[in-house]
Amino acid sequence: MSETLNQAVAKPDRHCDVRDWQKQRSARHDRLTAASRFASGKMVPPENVKALLEAVIRPGDRVCLEGDNQKQADFLAEVLADVDPSRIHDLHIVQSGVVLQAHLDLFERGIARKLDFSYSGPQGAGIARALAAGKIELGAIHTYIELFARYFVDLTPHVALIAGVQADRDGNLYTGPNTEDTPTIVEATAFKSGIVIAQVNEVVDKVPRVDIPGDLVDFVVKSDKPFYVEPLFTRDPASITENQILMGMMAIKGIYAEYGVKRLNHGIGFPTAAIELLLPTYGERLGLKGKIATHWALNPHPTLIPAIESGWVEQVHSFGSEVGMDGYMSARSDVFFTGHDGTLRSNRMICQAAGLYACDMFIGSSLQIDLAGNSSTVTPGRIAGFGGAPNMGSDAHGRRHLSAPWLKAGREASDGDIKLTRGRKLVVQILETFGEKMKPNFVETLDSVKMAEELNLDLAPVMIYGDDVTHIVTEEGIANLLLCRTPAEREQAIRGVAGFTDVGRKRDHKAVEALRQRGIIRRPEDFGIDPLDANRQLLAAHSIADLVTWSGGLYQPPSKFRNW
Amino acid sequence: MEHFQVNGKVNRKAGGDRHQAITGVNASGNLEVLVERVLPDHECQVNVTTAVNGFRAIWEAVIEEFFKRGAPGGLRFWINDGGARPDTVSLRLMQSVRLMEIES
Repeated sequence: MSETLNQAVAKPDRHCDVRDWQKQRSARHDRLTAASRFASGKMVPPENVKALLEAVIRPGDRVCLEGDNQKQADFLAEVLADVDPSRIHDLHIVQSGVVLQAHLDLFERGIARKLDFSYSGPQGAGIARALAAGKIELGAIHTYIELFARYFVDLTPHVALIAGVQADRDGNLYTGPNTEDTPTIVEATAFKSGIVIAQVNEVVDKVPRVDIPGDLVDFVVKSDKPFYVEPLFTRDPASITENQILMGMMAIKGIYAEYGVKRLNHGIGFPTAAIELLLPTYGERLGLKGKIATHWALNPHPTLIPAIESGWVEQVHSFGSEVGMDGYMSARSDVFFTGHDGTLRSNRMICQAAGLYACDMFIGSSLQIDLAGNSSTVTPGRIAGFGGAPNMGSDAHGRRHLSAPWLKAGREASDGDIKLTRGRKLVVQILETFGEKMKPNFVETLDSVKMAEELNLDLAPVMIYGDDVTHIVTEEGIANLLLCRTPAEREQAIRGVAGFTDVGRKRDHKAVEALRQRGIIRRPEDFGIDPLDANRQLLAAHSIADLVTWSGGLYQPPSKFRNW
Repeated sequence: MEHFQVNGKVNRKAGGDRHQAITGVNASGNLEVLVERVLPDHECQVNVTTAVNGFRAIWEAVIEEFFKRGAPGGLRFWINDGGARPDTVSLRLMQSVRLMEIES
């Protein structure tokens, strides 16, 4: 068979056949050989890790130092930041989260030069400073799914330094509930002749489940302390304001119920936490149980516990885990995705795809919205990155399956013959008109525009583009941007819910009244909402302690959220 | 500390027959509203005492919008403000009118 094929295909002239098609594989072999004297099989003692990294990593390598939204390969990060910069330099860091001091130290010390990332959170100010000082050459700020996609096209890591809970001696890894980015990082690195090094909390004879098969893992080191996990999704019900409750009621009545939204993703702000706590109370009163909010792409928000316990939630797939929620999720495997070992299995890449293609609505907060509905979380001097929100909060033009909310949204946005009109994802921004210290959340120009000028960025970071936003909810009401037909209408619709900010006070009152007549702007009274219901008594839980009670003691909040 | 008064004419008398009501607390970022039914049917008045100086123009805008939206004819309001944001002030004023409407 193969002979026949060989004869059939005209062979190129092979007389100077010197091209080596196995360079990556040979390089991998060389690196493993250089590293082998610091390891015993796959096991590396912690004190050898620095020498191992210096043997394995080459100047200019693309390196992923697993920094997820939550789980951090912090031990490996600290060792990498301590290598000799004369041996390892000009690395190109390609990782979703840049959240540890050690990540920035790489650039300060000249070990790394170029950066492609998604999210920086606590290091947002440090990244802005390093950029301004020329210490970081910025590739791009991505959404998670984009960066992961580029791992398979042009940003494939040469070396991945990852984190897991347990390993066996063959390198099989149990990541624990925070699987997050690990499968994606390993897939890209291991199958393109890269090197994978894992830090684990424990080495065991047999892992409870294999999240990463051992033949994809080259080295394992047991770190002296468990990897750091950031609790990002815990919102204390005690901090929810009455206006957030008011906005939540409007959203439930005016969007969830009206479009019949069953499949959705929530952002991590307080307004959506309020909605989670209103489903079993206000939602129940409206008779919406089973009709809305049944299937989720969502991190395990503790504030969803009362809705789950009241039977509202059919299913949740998660990007990552949340500190304190593991026992609860293990006990609720009908709702959450769990391994045969019983613990949560999360996966950021897959959940991002689910949020993009399988959800009919994203609803989340923002820090700034401009007159076109563009929104940004950039504040002066900070580059916080994007994470997943721009992906969740965007219409998926490749979507072809239909659902009632998707069709209704698409049809509201078009006139005339709708036979070929595609549907639209509902992308809802929910925010109070003022933020901390009377900072207006509605602005003429986003702060990110000025920041892009100062840092010479060719593109100002925008979290969600205005043309993807379908609704804006504030305490003043809901603006339905799908129904706007001109940029001027859109601007007045936004001003018309911008409250007493300068943007709101500069509204054209007549135009806003006309938009209200057309149902483009709706006020709490238009929904028949009693302002006296905007009261914390309406929340299904008033405190973290209430959430623990709802969970039957299965939710174990971290100490910073315990005040009893 | 700043004090001022805003007076308005409104079309509609506030519903209900309760004589007075109180809502909210004078705490940081919050406010207390005392309301009493003492004025002629088409008049209303808001007296503001606020811990934060320099926002009178916004207060007046908030209160005038409330006169239009809340229909508080016949009511006089006393506000003790601990630095609440305008959205909280609006909500609290609307709540206080509702309290006057419901059966005591």
